[in-house]
Amino acid sequence: MNWLLEPSVSTFGPDIDQLYYIILIITGIVFFVTEGLLIYFLVKYRAREGRKAEYIHGSTRAEVIWTAVPFVVVLVLALMSKPLWDQIKEPSLFPEGAYEIEVVARQFEWEARYAGANGEFDADDSFTLLNRVHVPVNQPVILHLEAEDVIHSFFVPDFRVKQDAVPGRRIPVWFEITETGEYELGCAELCGIGHYRMDGLVVVQSEEEFEAWKQERVAANGGQP
Amino acid sequence: MTTATATRPEPGFGVYNLKLGMWVFLLSEVMFFTSLIGAYIILRFAHPEQFAAPGEVLNVPLTAVNTFILICSSVTMVKAFAAVEKDDQRGLQLWLVATIILGSTFVGVQIYEYIHLFADGFVPNAAEYSAGGGPLYGSTFYLMTGFHGLHVSIGVLALIWVLIRSMRGAYSPERLGGVEIMGLYWHFVDLVWIVLFTIVYLI
Amino acid sequence: MSQTAIKTDWDFPAFAGEGHHEVGFIRTYIFSTDHKMIAKQFLAMSLIFLALGGTLALLMRWQLAFPGQPLPGGGIFPDTMAPGGIILPEFYNSLVTMHGTFMIFFAIMPLLVGVFGNLLIPLQIGAGDMAFPKLNMLSFWLAVPAGFMMLASFFVEGGAAGAGWTAYAPLSADGEFTGVYLGQQLWLGSLFILGFSSIAGAVNYITTVINMRAPGMTWFRLPLTIWALFVTAILVLLAIPILAGALIMLLTDQTLGTAFFLPAEGGEPLLWQHLFWFFGHPEVYILILPAFGIVSEILANGARKPIFGYFAMVLAIIAIAFLGWIVWGHHMFMSGMNPLLGTTFMFTTMVIAVPSAIKVFNWLGTLWKGNIHFTVPFLHAAAFVSLFIIGGLSGIFMASTPVDIHIHDTYFIVAHLHYVLFGGSLFAIFAGITYWYPKMFGRLMNTTWNRIHFVGSFIFYNLAFFPMHGLGLEGMMRRLYDPTQYGWLAELQPWNVFITYAVFALIAFQVIFFLNFIISMWRGEDAGPNPWRANSLEWSIPSPPPHGNFERIPVVHRGAYEYSAPGWDEDFVLQNEPPSEEAVQ
Repeated sequence: MNWLLEPSVSTFGPDIDQLYYIILIITGIVFFVTEGLLIYFLVKYRAREGRKAEYIHGSTRAEVIWTAVPFVVVLVLALMSKPLWDQIKEPSLFPEGAYEIEVVARQFEWEARYAGANGEFDADDSFTLLNRVHVPVNQPVILHLEAEDVIHSFFVPDFRVKQDAVPGRRIPVWFEITETGEYELGCAELCGIGHYRMDGLVVVQSEEEFEAWKQERVAANGGQP
Repeated sequence: MTTATATRPEPGFGVYNLKLGMWVFLLSEVMFFTSLIGAYIILRFAHPEQFAAPGEVLNVPLTAVNTFILICSSVTMVKAFAAVEKDDQRGLQLWLVATIILGSTFVGVQIYEYIHLFADGFVPNAAEYSAGGGPLYGSTFYLMTGFHGLHVSIGVLALIWVLIRSMRGAYSPERLGGVEIMGLYWHFVDLVWIVLFTIVYLI
Repeated sequence: MSQTAIKTDWDFPAFAGEGHHEVGFIRTYIFSTDHKMIAKQFLAMSLIFLALGGTLALLMRWQLAFPGQPLPGGGIFPDTMAPGGIILPEFYNSLVTMHGTFMIFFAIMPLLVGVFGNLLIPLQIGAGDMAFPKLNMLSFWLAVPAGFMMLASFFVEGGAAGAGWTAYAPLSADGEFTGVYLGQQLWLGSLFILGFSSIAGAVNYITTVINMRAPGMTWFRLPLTIWALFVTAILVLLAIPILAGALIMLLTDQTLGTAFFLPAEGGEPLLWQHLFWFFGHPEVYILILPAFGIVSEILANGARKPIFGYFAMVLAIIAIAFLGWIVWGHHMFMSGMNPLLGTTFMFTTMVIAVPSAIKVFNWLGTLWKGNIHFTVPFLHAAAFVSLFIIGGLSGIFMASTPVDIHIHDTYFIVAHLHYVLFGGSLFAIFAGITYWYPKMFGRLMNTTWNRIHFVGSFIFYNLAFFPMHGLGLEGMMRRLYDPTQYGWLAELQPWNVFITYAVFALIAFQVIFFLNFIISMWRGEDAGPNPWRANSLEWSIPSPPPHGNFERIPVVHRGAYEYSAPGWDEDFVLQNEPPSEEAVQ
């Protein structure tokens, strides 16, 4: 257990982590100052014989300071968060030339659908995959998230990616991964009795490996979607 | 109690408890209908294709008459309150009876409307309904009008209770809180209907 | 309104001894209209549900620490819940759902609003009872069947609701998805009935505070408890009907075939979330504002010093209540809502940190240069401040939308909400119960055992919930039946075992509190009218106060926090103490 995050492997992951650390430092300072003052006051002003508390009702100057300072701090945090949030979630700002995959969530599995050469998901050479998503490294990827029954949430901690999959909607998610490897995928939204075993793997491959793997899958499917 | 002034509480909002309590309660009723109407507006904007044009499914002229009946019942309620203010017991009872009759008529017409809609196949989940609209149309229509009808029905029952009490001489110009808060509730229910009639039937 | 009708204005039979007539056992203890008895009834009910909610938490913790291992003594559960003592996933989901539901709706909310609202509002404003005593009785007797309905859902076919206390549609909207049909419907019906109870209470509180304050009890002489409860009542009044509407839609989706939240028929699952959180975020403040009031009261009393910045405290309560209506979207950052909307909600959410910060700084200011007596209520109140700081600060992480991507729906949230609701609300409730226990029962709770309970609770509370922040940062999801299913979470399993042991100890210490609570009713030391040497009106009358509370209407001369005021011998002065020369001596 610690306050440090595991290293992330997506392009925007380090930015999220940086923002997290900034908030951690600010809240950490506030935490130690306020808790420190609390303990200090409790010790210093403990009841003693023959002493009376000072009859103080407040201080307008102090009130103004401790209203204004937190206000400015949280406003700055919000302003720092906005561009990063837009970069990750705003579809109009998604990178161009991304590789697109459909991911359909249902109780209790993930199905990845790969488009054929013509870019259609129901083409002869499109294919599907259960509980595994293969993506190329160092290339933007867009997942189109759908759900068939209830709400699920696509969560890959190492990517700093999370997005609910809502039935009746098609929600795009993008990321670009910088390291090849296998990363665990989980469901973050309670979706029924099998919620706990709705795990999967995201396999990040080099471009050549990814292409070769796709050819293999198309061949194995015998041209059937 | 030393002086007369000391027995008076701090000035509140200048209305007696019962009336203030009814106002406060009606605020929560406003929020209740807000949630139903809000849901309707959101769903209608999100899925306009599921909602039929005005008059296609619902009988607007009949409901317009019904709306008029309910508005009339608000007038008779006002008359009832005016009567009790003048200690006119007979007037109070007559106007209460008139309000009860008008309110019951409104509910009756609404039931008649429901029966016909059901017979035509317009049910809460009218997925296959021929005259237009989808499941959300029936869902929202019955939810909103149904809960309004329930409020009118409860109001009629309460009016009957007020009538019985008035026959026992419970109200006078000094003690008219029961009639007044009944009136507040009744006008509120009336007002809600005018909103519902507009957004469900006319728009 | 004619002048004459105002006779009902001060309709106050309980005054002038009229209320002292003898009533039978049933009217005294069961169908009582006395606000103090109703407060005690709510106290008994909600402590039972608190214990139940804690028991459900124990079962969950067992499963999380030792997944798949039989629970010791778990053989008593039927096979539909835990065959051979091994908890089933569907039972686990019911545990998660019902733990949240019991704690929020049947324990914390009635404890804060039902108990302290009923007990303190008439006593602290100087009234003989509530504005509508019969409505008040109804409020309690609606909560009881609601509670039984919720309990009964465990024993119907399919078991209790298992879609989480947030009941996200469509999971909750169709039994096909969870295997729970009747249980979910009972859940919806129970909360709907409970809503009537809450609204009846709110109407009473608001009317009473506005209209029945004793002469001299101006708005800005009110104790902060009353301000907090008054604003809370407004939130209850306006938020609960929204939930009621949503519950009805979900219920008709389940039973009548409507399509509000069912996407397969064109409905909108996110509509449920918007409605639920539009209620739910004000609800969050319903669960913490009364705690703010209680803590302010007790900190000033312990420090023997006026509350720092009374006016700012009132404004902060009002600001929080107001802002609470425009932040609900922060529960839905990952729901696929428009990112611009997300940004808007982030800004409003960040702003709501400001009034919370004001409260914390004012509490610290109250202690500054005080003369602090470490009474048991004060210990709990100080613990509240220290834990609320943690809960408040952890909220800022989630308010920042990009950071929320990683920690949303993880144990970080579980840690945060328990720091606010347990570390916050429940510690304030312990403070409040130990503080007003003598007023309710005429006797003091045993201080030694209370101190042991406090120390044990504080330590094991932190040991149980603090590590959850770390689990969340590692990505451990909420509401997970078996975390070892995931490779990266299996490595963290020792932490889950550790937390479970801490929870065992935490609950063991609560047993001490329950025993002390019951035994002190008979064995406790006689309290006298004002054991804490406090200022507000309830301490000017005997403990427990007689029916009708005040022998004569109190006349209020000053605010509730005139501790250590110059010119008085004692370091406190009752609000209704006349400012005459003799009194100063």
